[in-house]
Amino acid sequence: MPQISVRHLAKAFRVTERSPGFWGTLRGLASRTTRTVRALDDVSFDLEHGELVGYIGPNGAGKSTTVKIMAGILVPDRGECVVNGRIPWKERAAHVAEIGVVFGQRTQLWWDLPVIESFELLRDIYRIPSTAYVRRRDELIAILRLEDLLDVPVRQLSLGQRMRCDLAAALLHAPTLLFLDEPTIGLDAPSKLSVREFIRRLNREQGVTVILTTHDMDDMEALCSRVMVIARGKLLSDGRLSDLRSRFGRERWLTIDLLNPDEPVRVEDFQARLVLRDGGRVRLAFDPDRVRPEQLIAALTARHAVNDLFVEHPPIEEIIAQIYQREGIAP
Amino acid sequence: MSPYLALLRARFRLLLHYRAAALAGIATQIGFGLILTSAFAAFYGSDQVSRQMLPLSLPNLMTYLWLGQALLGLLPWRMDGEVKAMVTSGGLAYELLRPVDLYGLWFSRAIALRTAPVLLRAIPLLILAGWLFGLSLPPSIEAAGLWTVGLAGAVALSAACTVLMSISLLWTLSGEGVQFAMPAFASFFSGHLLPLALFPDWAGRMIALLPFRGLMDTPHRLWIGTLEGAEAWGAIAHQWVWVALLVVVGRFLLSRGLTRVVIQGG
Repeated sequence: MPQISVRHLAKAFRVTERSPGFWGTLRGLASRTTRTVRALDDVSFDLEHGELVGYIGPNGAGKSTTVKIMAGILVPDRGECVVNGRIPWKERAAHVAEIGVVFGQRTQLWWDLPVIESFELLRDIYRIPSTAYVRRRDELIAILRLEDLLDVPVRQLSLGQRMRCDLAAALLHAPTLLFLDEPTIGLDAPSKLSVREFIRRLNREQGVTVILTTHDMDDMEALCSRVMVIARGKLLSDGRLSDLRSRFGRERWLTIDLLNPDEPVRVEDFQARLVLRDGGRVRLAFDPDRVRPEQLIAALTARHAVNDLFVEHPPIEEIIAQIYQREGIAP
Repeated sequence: MSPYLALLRARFRLLLHYRAAALAGIATQIGFGLILTSAFAAFYGSDQVSRQMLPLSLPNLMTYLWLGQALLGLLPWRMDGEVKAMVTSGGLAYELLRPVDLYGLWFSRAIALRTAPVLLRAIPLLILAGWLFGLSLPPSIEAAGLWTVGLAGAVALSAACTVLMSISLLWTLSGEGVQFAMPAFASFFSGHLLPLALFPDWAGRMIALLPFRGLMDTPHRLWIGTLEGAEAWGAIAHQWVWVALLVVVGRFLLSRGLTRVVIQGG
């Protein structure tokens, strides 16, 4: 039996629209216009124990709504959702005792308390037996390198430190399922790497099922074997990351800053496509299977004086735009 | 430790840090207390007032008024700022992720919110008022004992009112209407502004039905000793009947509110 089974899930929010200006405000008192936003529209999928799934989509696509429903804190309008054999929002207390959740933009730690006191409070809240608590706590402190942070009030932690503490806090009660909502948002490169490494170990070594929502393509690449793409409340794609890449091109972006901002660049000569030209800044899209990055760079620098350059994955929005095109959905 | 107790303790300890606010509160309450007591003393001293008609003796009245100032924080003045911030910012998500009963959680918070500031203010104020401003001690051990029982009821009642205010946030987000209405009702009908004994009989009988007298009038009169025996236990029962009623209503509203709540923010 899958750990999570979602069938035809739908959720709409009503948004009150206000007309601008004084008269608009007055009119709003008499009659309100509301608009219905379909955050989720007939979403179905299964998740097995031990999977590490990436859940991606642009802002407002319905990622967080799905996570909140699976976490039991939001009630859907229609559809079914069974997690660990329970309907999350119907048996909320029993359900949340078995899951861990980290929202990258918030903390579940107590702002004014030292980290260790937050942990102790969580021990009481989750009714963790003390021997199990001590073992788990020490393990997490060691893996996440929290020794020096334990006595620091949460508000004094840097974002990266706080995220490591939040990860520990979400795992003290040894959940079998972990929801991570943008866990690397705003982190510097070393913090991102250590968070990723931790998530990977958690999944591989302890078999924790992880659902990761992110905007960061590198997170996906580093961690997820399976990726679900959602946009406008609909699941557009669900499969292996490699399939997604091969279906939607393995394009990379090369961005260069030309020394002379007015110098023309003949993109066709490099088997690339021009994405952006803004003064001296030129962004090219290329397929690394057809032209290798070092060849492209060598060819470019041979012909142009270049100040700076870097290669990156196109942002998720770009891939989704391609999925839109392929599926024939107007963006 | 039970989750509720652990959270209550943590919140209580944090609230005890607000010492500057407590000092300011003490100063304000002394000011108000002096104005109120001198106004009543002048009124009682006037030739126009027949002393026998008055239902409260002047020393008892002084004690009543100073108790009111000392225990002012027990009134459900404000809603829980933390809960309000949570509902408007989306932090409610983490609150709902705790494997505990949300009403119980909010009730524990409310108890901490109502008791910690009072503890900081009440003890110095009671000592000062007893020493300088004519507050008398309870007349008997029995009265003092009954007062602690009545105080417990007042705390529970105030916490139940506070949770109701928090729950209203699930509908209004700002909660401002409730925020203004509750203190007005509570301070008027609890006897905090004017001792309930001084209201006309017909009004007094109606006010006695409301929950609010349990917040102030009941514990004050238990302290003074004008509420004793069966009458005392009746007033205490009145407190707890209202606590039970408010909890039942609160639980119902909370479960309704949660099905419609939108967790703000992505």
